[in-house]
Amino acid sequence: MRNLSKGILAGVGLMLMSSTSVLAQELTILWAEWDPANYLQELVNDYQAETGVTVTVETVPWPDFQTKAFTEFNAQGSAYDLVVGDSQWLGAGSTGGHYVELTDFVAKHNLTTTMAPATMQFYSEYPGGSGKYWSVPLEGDAVGWAYRKDWFEDPTEMANFKAKYGYDLGVPKDLKQLVDIAEFFHRPAENRYGAAVYTQVPGDAITMGVETFIFSYGGSLGDYANYKVTGLLNSAESAEGLEDYKKLYGFGPPGWGNAFFAEVNTAIAQGQVAMGMNFFAFFPSLLNEATNPQAANMGFFANPPGPRGHDFAALGGQGISLVSYSQNQEEAMKFLEWLVKDETQKKWAELGGYTAAAAILESEEFQNATPYNKAFYETMFKVRDFWALPEYAELLDEGQQAFYDYVVNGNGTAQEALDKLAVTWVDSLKAAGYPAE
Amino acid sequence: MAFLIIFNVFPLLYSLGFSFTDFRASSKAAVNFVGLKNYTDILADPVIWRSFSTTLWYVIVSVSGQFVVGFGLALMLNRPIPGKGFLTTLLLLPMMLSPVVVGLFWKLIYDPSWGILNYALGLGKTAWLTDANLALYAVAITDIWMWSPFVMLLSLAGLSAVPKHLYEAASIDRASKFYTFFRITLPLVAPILLIAVIFRTMEAFKTFDIAFVMTGQPQAELISSRLYKMAFAQWQTGPASALAYIVLIMVLCITNIYVKYLNKAKER
Repeated sequence: MRNLSKGILAGVGLMLMSSTSVLAQELTILWAEWDPANYLQELVNDYQAETGVTVTVETVPWPDFQTKAFTEFNAQGSAYDLVVGDSQWLGAGSTGGHYVELTDFVAKHNLTTTMAPATMQFYSEYPGGSGKYWSVPLEGDAVGWAYRKDWFEDPTEMANFKAKYGYDLGVPKDLKQLVDIAEFFHRPAENRYGAAVYTQVPGDAITMGVETFIFSYGGSLGDYANYKVTGLLNSAESAEGLEDYKKLYGFGPPGWGNAFFAEVNTAIAQGQVAMGMNFFAFFPSLLNEATNPQAANMGFFANPPGPRGHDFAALGGQGISLVSYSQNQEEAMKFLEWLVKDETQKKWAELGGYTAAAAILESEEFQNATPYNKAFYETMFKVRDFWALPEYAELLDEGQQAFYDYVVNGNGTAQEALDKLAVTWVDSLKAAGYPAE
Repeated sequence: MAFLIIFNVFPLLYSLGFSFTDFRASSKAAVNFVGLKNYTDILADPVIWRSFSTTLWYVIVSVSGQFVVGFGLALMLNRPIPGKGFLTTLLLLPMMLSPVVVGLFWKLIYDPSWGILNYALGLGKTAWLTDANLALYAVAITDIWMWSPFVMLLSLAGLSAVPKHLYEAASIDRASKFYTFFRITLPLVAPILLIAVIFRTMEAFKTFDIAFVMTGQPQAELISSRLYKMAFAQWQTGPASALAYIVLIMVLCITNIYVKYLNKAKER
């Protein structure tokens, strides 16, 4: 009887030990609900096969993503071990104590040289220039352009365009040419429009579109290191960029005041527009004939430089961060070690993920893999981002309202809109305790 | 009782405390008592005043529309017509749908390029949901479509409770239809109509889901959307709690005015 009791106790003990071990063999990653999250799930299945650790990519629809992630962070919950968070979250994630600092990890794996420099700067480092890193670039992304090759290569259109503008119709060499092309193709009577750009207010859509123009015209959203806004945000260059963005909006489909990635792709798929601005992550569906009847006619190009040669594009994409409340931090670090390996990054790119690994981006194989990879490669070395302070959401909301009021509602001039926004941003930054001017 | 205290009273008092602090739920920074600063900042913020005035106008348009349509339908159904049961069920369907589904459905109807509304009315490419002058009305029309059946339902209950002998007496006295309506029908159903209006006003004041999915036009931003942004996009927990209390007080004030009218109507 005593032996039986000992046996039962030993059995229960073993069960408990093994169950603890099983619990430690699971990792959960939180990301938004979109195709790259599915690619990541495919990728991590390899990790499971190699190590026996189950990795689950849990997804949340985009509109709820930030709320869901920060609700979990604020509750110091351990439901997620890793989060693929937006670049703007870095400030709140790091200063709020939600992210584990990965500076040593970055140094150990030499990520500042193996990853495209801009991706480390904007997906990982906070504060800017501090040398402190909080994530590993996972899904590189930025604003690019899709266009109708068949319209651009039509001999009649080409001749008419040349007669009107004095230069050849083709992929625009600068943003002024892009506006010309949009104007040329804008024919509402034929249900054909020039360009589909971002205009939506909830989220960050219109700011992503506008900042692409402001940066490329030589303007800026401010000096992120010194919190200087006045004179930078409302410079003449910024105002010119904003003005041309409004012109471009005017060449869009009717009622184009609530558009983000889905609306842009829909307008392209319905054959409404000559060009569409979108994040590269949304271009794969444009090559799928099941979702885009115009798939065979699609071309892609990187955001062209501004009129004075400034060459930038708004950053999208995300880095993967280790959640400080995770119960499996050691296992999560091992996963990150695996993730940054060259072969893993290569597989990630093959699956459809946008790697930030410089060597892969520069390879012929990657650039020729899809019609948009070359444009993506060109873009990832010229990206710029929005403010990444913990208070970024307030600045973003103020920017969204100001840009929308000028671009869509047509109130005031570009200079007035930016002057007003500069005052608002300085006030908000000061209220948050920054020495803004 | 315990349920009420845990899920209603405690959060209410807890958020009242937050409303006097600079607490941000996304930050581990020390929480400081700021007195009435959040309240004064909110009441001095032009964006919030814009949202308040937009909401007030939305409530007036939406509730008036629901009242007219809902009561009109009830009067129509309060007479012997063929297929009355089926028609009533059909008319009740909109309010049984999810507000988000209704919002997305109407977004398609309003679409300037392929929406059926512009096509049916020959309105060209009218941009209902992005035009600063139209967006609010477009959302209000959707709300009227969805919630008029609620007013209709309550009105029908009120109309069916009016004693028939009053109409018979009015008929014997050769009272006109106009006189009968204003002297018998309306006074007797007024209390229940006011209850419908109270419910719809409170709900319209809090409208979030329909407007949130239908339009991003800042000129049509309702106070609930502003509150959501402050609380969950910007994590300004302290100021958002203060704004929530201001909204609560306003709803209570409006409701009290209605209740006073309701009591007067009952006394009559």
